[in-house]
Amino acid sequence: MPTLNLVQAVNDALRIEMRRDPSVVVLGEDVGKFGGVFRATSGLLEEFGADRVIDTPLAEGGIIGAAIGMAMYGLRPVPEIQFSDFIFPAFDQLVNELAKLRYRSGGQYAAPLVVRTPFGGGIRGGLYHSQSPEALFIHVAGLKVVAPSNPYDAKGLLLAALRQPDPVLFFEPKRVYRAAKGEVPEGDYEVELSRARVMREGADVTVISWGAMVHEAEAAVLLAAEAGIDCELIDLRTLWPLDIDCVTQSARKTGRVAVVHEAARTCGLGAEIAALVQERCFVHLEAPVKRVTGWDTPFPYALEDDYLPRAPRILRGIEETAGFIA
Amino acid sequence: MARSAKDARLAQPSGRARKPDAKAPDAPARLSPGDALEIYRAMLLIRTLDGRMMTLQRQGRIGFYGACTGQEAAVVASAYALRKTDWIFPALREGAAMLLRGFPLVPYLAQVFGNSGDVTKARQMPSHQAARAVNQVSWGSCIGTQLPQAVGAAWAAKLKHDDTVVLAHLGDGATSSADFHTAMNFAGVFRVPVVFFCQNNHWSISLPTSKQSASESIAIKAVAYGFPGVKVDGNDGEAVWAAVSAAVARARGGGGPTLVEAETYRMGAHSSSDDPSKYRDPKEVEAWRARDPLDRLRARLVREGHWDAGKDAALSAQLLAEVNSAIAEAEALPPPPVGSLFDDVYCALPWHLEEQRRELLAGR
Repeated sequence: MPTLNLVQAVNDALRIEMRRDPSVVVLGEDVGKFGGVFRATSGLLEEFGADRVIDTPLAEGGIIGAAIGMAMYGLRPVPEIQFSDFIFPAFDQLVNELAKLRYRSGGQYAAPLVVRTPFGGGIRGGLYHSQSPEALFIHVAGLKVVAPSNPYDAKGLLLAALRQPDPVLFFEPKRVYRAAKGEVPEGDYEVELSRARVMREGADVTVISWGAMVHEAEAAVLLAAEAGIDCELIDLRTLWPLDIDCVTQSARKTGRVAVVHEAARTCGLGAEIAALVQERCFVHLEAPVKRVTGWDTPFPYALEDDYLPRAPRILRGIEETAGFIA
Repeated sequence: MARSAKDARLAQPSGRARKPDAKAPDAPARLSPGDALEIYRAMLLIRTLDGRMMTLQRQGRIGFYGACTGQEAAVVASAYALRKTDWIFPALREGAAMLLRGFPLVPYLAQVFGNSGDVTKARQMPSHQAARAVNQVSWGSCIGTQLPQAVGAAWAAKLKHDDTVVLAHLGDGATSSADFHTAMNFAGVFRVPVVFFCQNNHWSISLPTSKQSASESIAIKAVAYGFPGVKVDGNDGEAVWAAVSAAVARARGGGGPTLVEAETYRMGAHSSSDDPSKYRDPKEVEAWRARDPLDRLRARLVREGHWDAGKDAALSAQLLAEVNSAIAEAEALPPPPVGSLFDDVYCALPWHLEEQRRELLAGR
């Protein structure tokens, strides 16, 4: 089995689906000749031509708006938003148009496009090349939100997203685009949406994360194990609709939950997970649900290591949760 | 000068007319009497319908309505230039174009009443009509958002080697939106088979077109995007039809997009929620009344011996009876089923909506 990094796995999935389904088109800024600023669409123009791998003018609202029209007409567009920080010019098209299209037309029209966009910090990108806006889209009815942490899931989740009927925001953890390497099967396979992965079973604390933070959480969980705390680590993979059974089963087992994400704390997905866990697992809980997150500030430049929840801070959160006595 | 319609002219930076693209296929010279009658009939239907809807709104029987009174020629004749396989992305005032394309009156009215007879499942306010059966796409309410989508649909048709043309409607207000710029730019760069049809009705709620843009016209904006802009008398059904027909033929022939500006006037309020006496001079309205599009097309038909006052009175009575009968039928339909509130958010009901649906139904 070949070893790929995450960006190669994304590229592999796109290539497989474009070979299988002639209605798939890729569009975005610099995705064609240049192969994308992170090389995710590298080589696709050469294989599939300029009709299917389209370098667009610099306008995110136009990329998403046009992709919606293409999808309504029967294509399977895969627009790339170069950095998820740049998704906001397309916010109206995503939130008011794409998310509501099936609903407002009574099911007559749909636009099942998969919006790929790199997210997250830790690359010295400052305010506008580092954000994690996933919760904004989870708050909007009608969108699915996916965030893989590793190459195997990136490929399988992207192929699954491309073959299901709803619009998907596919957040790719750019900090580990190359750092996350792993064995990836050649050829076609899918990772089912809305299924989390239990990476490590444990009895003491449930740690839930996604994207690049899974790697930090994993490091923290290993440190916790050395300190005698046995964590269960869950990679959420699909952020919405999330795998509620996996989350609640684990929370009932351990009675202690910590959620780790890069995005700002207030109204982040961690807040929703905390609410879901207390609604469903209240009598099983031994401690408040802990959120280890980015701070409620814009994403900083020089101090990004202090913003990101790195393993030591996650470990402190785990210890606090494990040691909580009512 | 477009041969087929004396009022159509192509804009260029000098503002003077120039000859149409030599490669553009010629549009038919004139509307045949049969076509003119069909357009007139649809215009009269919409005039009748809009009048009844505004009354129903005042009676509290419907919640809202956006009439196109005074703009019927632009609405009907632009759609009449299409084939049934072509797509329409309407804005607020073009929903009734679907009636011309074979969509029945009762489900159209069920959308206005917001009940179970509505093919869009009563999810939107009145005047937000859509029907897949006649390739009329669902409109949001935020101005201009349909324009890049129309470009995308036309682009997809081109990539699939279909000969579909997409007609994208907008008003003068939409030309200030970012989506207008983006759509025009993408359409020009990729030469997609789209026709932008702007109804310049002089008012965006309370803002006159002169405050919307300092441009000498809307049509001229097309020049900067690398394709023709045509300004046409929007109250002249034949001129509208000819200009849009030429643009559609150009698009279908691979010639790319056109922007058609139809100069018209919103005789009524922006919507049933608006009071135009607060911001515009009634003398202006009266001046435009003399240019009523129905009067003008009727006058032509009468002048040429295809129509007379007796036929007109009979058609008016017949259309009013049709509309009233359809209103009675549509108004009697039951509301949408409560459980349908959760359908179509996603293709299938996810766990959280399943739970919320149970919660709603248990509380009733």
